[in-house]
Amino acid sequence: MGAKPTEHDELTWAPQFRRIGLLTNVITSHIDLAACSSADFRATDRLMTNACLTFRDLTLGYGSHPAIHHLDGTIRRGSLTAVVGANGSGKSTLMKGIVGVLKPMAGSVIRAPGVHAAYLPQQSELDRSFPARVVDLVSLGLWPKRGMLGRYTKEDRESVSQALMAVGLGGFEKRPIDTLSGGQLQRTLFARVLLQDADLILLDEPFNAVDAKTVGDLIALIKRWHGEERTIMVVVHDLDLVRQNFPETLLLARQPVAWGETKETLRPENLLRARRFHEAWEENAPWCEPEGHDHGQGHDHAHGHDHGHHHGSGPRAA
Amino acid sequence: MDLLYSLFIAPFADFGFMQRALIGSLMLSLGACPVGVFLMLRRMSLSGDAMAHAILPGAAAGFLFYGLEILPMTIGGLIAGIIVALGAGAVSRFTIQREDASMAAFYLISLAIGVLMVSIRGSSVDLMHVLFGTVLALNNEALALIGGIVAVTLVSLAIFWRALVAECLDPLFLRSVSRLGSPVHFIFLGLVVLNLVGGFQALGTLLSVGLMMLPAAAARFWTARVEPMCVLAVLIGFASCIAGLLLSYHASLPSGPAIILSAGVVYFASILFGTRGVLRARIVHHRHRTA
Repeated sequence: MGAKPTEHDELTWAPQFRRIGLLTNVITSHIDLAACSSADFRATDRLMTNACLTFRDLTLGYGSHPAIHHLDGTIRRGSLTAVVGANGSGKSTLMKGIVGVLKPMAGSVIRAPGVHAAYLPQQSELDRSFPARVVDLVSLGLWPKRGMLGRYTKEDRESVSQALMAVGLGGFEKRPIDTLSGGQLQRTLFARVLLQDADLILLDEPFNAVDAKTVGDLIALIKRWHGEERTIMVVVHDLDLVRQNFPETLLLARQPVAWGETKETLRPENLLRARRFHEAWEENAPWCEPEGHDHGQGHDHAHGHDHGHHHGSGPRAA
Repeated sequence: MDLLYSLFIAPFADFGFMQRALIGSLMLSLGACPVGVFLMLRRMSLSGDAMAHAILPGAAAGFLFYGLEILPMTIGGLIAGIIVALGAGAVSRFTIQREDASMAAFYLISLAIGVLMVSIRGSSVDLMHVLFGTVLALNNEALALIGGIVAVTLVSLAIFWRALVAECLDPLFLRSVSRLGSPVHFIFLGLVVLNLVGGFQALGTLLSVGLMMLPAAAARFWTARVEPMCVLAVLIGFASCIAGLLLSYHASLPSGPAIILSAGVVYFASILFGTRGVLRARIVHHRHRTA
């Protein structure tokens, strides 16, 4: 199932490794931005073991139109990556593809075995009129630990309180969620992500409609996660924020325009190329021919993202 | 004291059919009211109504082949209800159409088939019986059926509670951590059908949804949490059943509508006097705290 010709594999992967090789040295220094400047080419197998996510010829989209087009590459374990790009450049789509709520049209996202993801969507389907308290909403974050039937223990309740404290909402436990402000709700959802205790954290525009002080608090929280060796991807629009806080950046315009160290990625010429990106779908755009890519493979992966199952050449845990 | 006894206790103490009606309707409340709370919270209040109509052709088919027998009519209703619930649910889950539209389409088709089938054989009296039920004619067979339905409902709710709350509160989150979203939705629709079928013998297809929705809608005005809301809805359901049956006994009214109207009275009282109702909201506006 899903076997690719190996020689073709190497063909598509070789340039990818070189580019990602630039990033590997960040592994040891979490927040220190200065450390990520020197280039370091490592053996490809080391890279594979360090991969948290591997994209293989990933195409995601709606109808017959791709929003992410033939994406190849790796997200390293413990990396902190900003995902930037114009409206409609595929940022949210990529997030949905990684978390598995959107099935790939072709190719696959391979999660390293045992990696759990926490996902904060841009457009939450949260029903704010539902009669729930802050503590009820945050407690949903215990799902990966307790599942549907597991009883919440005293420790669990304490960890809920601690998570709320960490986002500056200590004492808000009993508040009905329909009385929260937009920023407070966003922080509540951060507390839920905190509680999920996930290895892979996906945040889609978490700073929208959030005041400056709260952005600072949330960034601090993200850096704390980064320090804990978690893999984090954040969709951000504010490029200054990205330059100051994110070691790595993926600049998207349906395809990656640039991907790597933030300073390199956000160079003016790259930004200009990204800006030229044509947002609209063209109804009569020509069909993208597979060029020998095994597109049928995507179907084999369509189910089972949650298990991060690995294939012949997929990444393995260290 | 004698007056109180003859008003409230004697009807149930003296007549077996009243006892059975009481037991049957109380059991129905126990299962249907919490289901109604979730229907309401999912903004599917009218879907319950639609489902109640959708059951008709199944019940009518049972009636056509076996006459006025509870088991065939119940099984028929169950099958019709599940077909409509799954069909409408599937259309809304897997196509662009929202659940309200697909539900309307499915239940209207189903209702038309049902009316057609009843008219083939029966007189309008039969139709009235199917539509409005007779709580006073509950036999032991029917009681056992209702008891089974209540047990299944309560056990399912207990098992799937957390998933059901998550699916209502934040469905996208549930999808990101588990694959239970769709199964839970369909299990829930199944419970709706089950309880409506349980209710139709006692209250009829049209009114069984009333016992499901009215206590739930009334309970919404009193509390801001799901668990108390369900308990309160059940209590309101109990009170409505007792009041309705007594009203029906003393004033010689049809029992089904009497029960539903009792629940209606509680509903209107809740709108006015509930802690989250109209009057309280007015009063609170005059005073506020400093922070």
